[in-house]
Amino acid sequence: MEKFTRLEGLAAPLDRANVDTDAIIPKQFLKSIKRTGFGPNLFDEWRYLDHGEPGMDNSRRPLNPNFVLNQPRYRGAQVLLARENFGCGSSREHAPWALADYGFRAIIAPGYADIFYNNCFKNGLLPIVLEPALVDRLFGETEATPGYRLVVDLEGQTVSTPAGEVFRFAVDEFRKHCLLNGLDDIGLTLRHVDKIRAYEERRRREAPWLFA
Amino acid sequence: MSAQTLYDKLWQQHVVHEEAGGTTLLYIDRHLVHEVTSPQAFEGLRLAGRKPWRTASVLAVADHNVPTKDRQDGIKDPVSRLQVETLDRNCADFAINEFRMGDARQGIVHVVGPEQGATLPGMTVVCGDSHTSTHGAFAALAFGIGTSEVEHVLATQCLMTKKSKVMQIMVDGRLGKGVTAKDVALAVIGEIGTAGGTGYAVEFAGSAIRSLSMEGRMTLCNMAIEAGARAGMVAVDETTLSYVRGRPFAPRGELWDRAAAYWRTLVSDPGARFDRVVRLDAARIAPLVTWGTSPEMVAAVDGRVPDPAREPDPVKRDGMERALAYMGLAPNTPIAEIAIDKVFIGSCTNSRIEDLRAAAQVVRGRRLAANVRLAMVVPGSGLVKRQAEQEGLDQVFIAAGFEWREPGCSMCLAMNADRLEPGERCASTSNRNFEGRQGPGGRTHLVSPAMAAAAAVAGRFVDVRRI
Repeated sequence: MEKFTRLEGLAAPLDRANVDTDAIIPKQFLKSIKRTGFGPNLFDEWRYLDHGEPGMDNSRRPLNPNFVLNQPRYRGAQVLLARENFGCGSSREHAPWALADYGFRAIIAPGYADIFYNNCFKNGLLPIVLEPALVDRLFGETEATPGYRLVVDLEGQTVSTPAGEVFRFAVDEFRKHCLLNGLDDIGLTLRHVDKIRAYEERRRREAPWLFA
Repeated sequence: MSAQTLYDKLWQQHVVHEEAGGTTLLYIDRHLVHEVTSPQAFEGLRLAGRKPWRTASVLAVADHNVPTKDRQDGIKDPVSRLQVETLDRNCADFAINEFRMGDARQGIVHVVGPEQGATLPGMTVVCGDSHTSTHGAFAALAFGIGTSEVEHVLATQCLMTKKSKVMQIMVDGRLGKGVTAKDVALAVIGEIGTAGGTGYAVEFAGSAIRSLSMEGRMTLCNMAIEAGARAGMVAVDETTLSYVRGRPFAPRGELWDRAAAYWRTLVSDPGARFDRVVRLDAARIAPLVTWGTSPEMVAAVDGRVPDPAREPDPVKRDGMERALAYMGLAPNTPIAEIAIDKVFIGSCTNSRIEDLRAAAQVVRGRRLAANVRLAMVVPGSGLVKRQAEQEGLDQVFIAAGFEWREPGCSMCLAMNADRLEPGERCASTSNRNFEGRQGPGGRTHLVSPAMAAAAAVAGRFVDVRRI
């Protein structure tokens, strides 16, 4: 997994609540058996005027000029500002894959759906939770200030604004450790092979029907 | 020991190792796999030279991409076909039990697991699918995971996770005639919102829940995720045990007795502490219809579409206005004046035998309304389909003008050929009314099977209590 340490990136505001994973990456793109290449279809139904299908040349499709990420000022954005309950709906990891493939490295929102939140950490994408009032302010400043960039420091757990304001965010210590070091979860778990085997031995005796 | 919740008991039984800070290795008893969220996990295993830890714990079935008619022709869309073939190949390569498309046991993974007894009380159950919460109806700890976690569970039989908070949702009293588990689920989501359960595992309790069949409990737990809760649960009782008994994967003989004795302990102890308690009065729940693009946007069938102008919160108001624009609805429209184009009876929420019986009961002797272009019934599994046919339900639907299809996820998410056209309005027994969910530009109203059937014959939403 790609490490995440410190990021200074352009912020882009996606000003709606309850953005679901069907919106982040529509179902027709889930047919892929690969992990990469989802970026051009991120927010596909909002982003393009036509209907997208796998295999299309996305560079030739008509863009929706009203969709925020299509505005030239947000090109190359790496920090996504979002609203409450971002990533609700399905468990599809294609959602963080699409966000990361597009170029986002961090999201700032008042809250996320649990499965999406969890999936982000497996993909070097940092979902930051800030108070709704603070997120609201960042929305205002981002929209009012072309080129508005935020600095995200995972080690120090801070988000800094261009004006020098610093906001602290909470993150689970273990997830932070994994993200800072780009650690592979499976490798970490397999350090405990003996414990897993011992657990299985005990359970085979206690609940043998589970191993029938 | 202090009083424990059902969730506490299930959690404690499965802890393999706990890190400082609470990150826990949780042992997984049952891993259900489908074609959409698994190919990258199997690829990951191969790249790392790893093998599944315990293949007997895995049960696989293709459901999202499978066609619901003309199966003898195979899957026409080559991208869908490749995904299903990839599952077939992965299961063959790793010696995983799979119900393939021609198998009568094939169906929606969340229908198949319980039907086979592959879901048992006391288990931890995971699947790369958010509706895995369904299996909590059996007092299992069941939740959806991402593809990285699918790979992790395949490789280690464990999940790295943290304990949730626990919410108890008490629904006491008697459900009115024509009011179903689906209406309870929508009422709960309407009450706490789609983020209300975020960070929680939910236990549904109370006399109304005890009175539900296993099918009803599955419908309810299925939609826990729509309230933001990864897991929904119902305690074990005789209803649970009599459903499980005799299923192909369920224990038999002396093992059954041992298992059942343990399963009976899978209830929250008196006095157990919950982080949040929500109470609903069953008698006050009406048949519900969603009017917007989030499952929390719900109204009673005898109510009206709300007016965003009355919503003080600007973010919510904006969401309501956007939803009404997408849905092509004006504020204050009576729900019963909303006409529909299509009807979908199916999905992991409502495609079990009891759902089909409830819908058939309404449809019997009636015809589809002239304005309904397509009404389809998609059974949850080949075995549900067979059972329904033995009861003659297929003929009831066909006589009324419905299409009787092969099992799969179908138009719940429209990954196969079944979908809404832009602007089409659907009465659907599925679980999500998100923009584009049932097809780009499609407009979904979530309802119970009986309400969907009633809408099919009336051509608009009608109160199933009055027909």
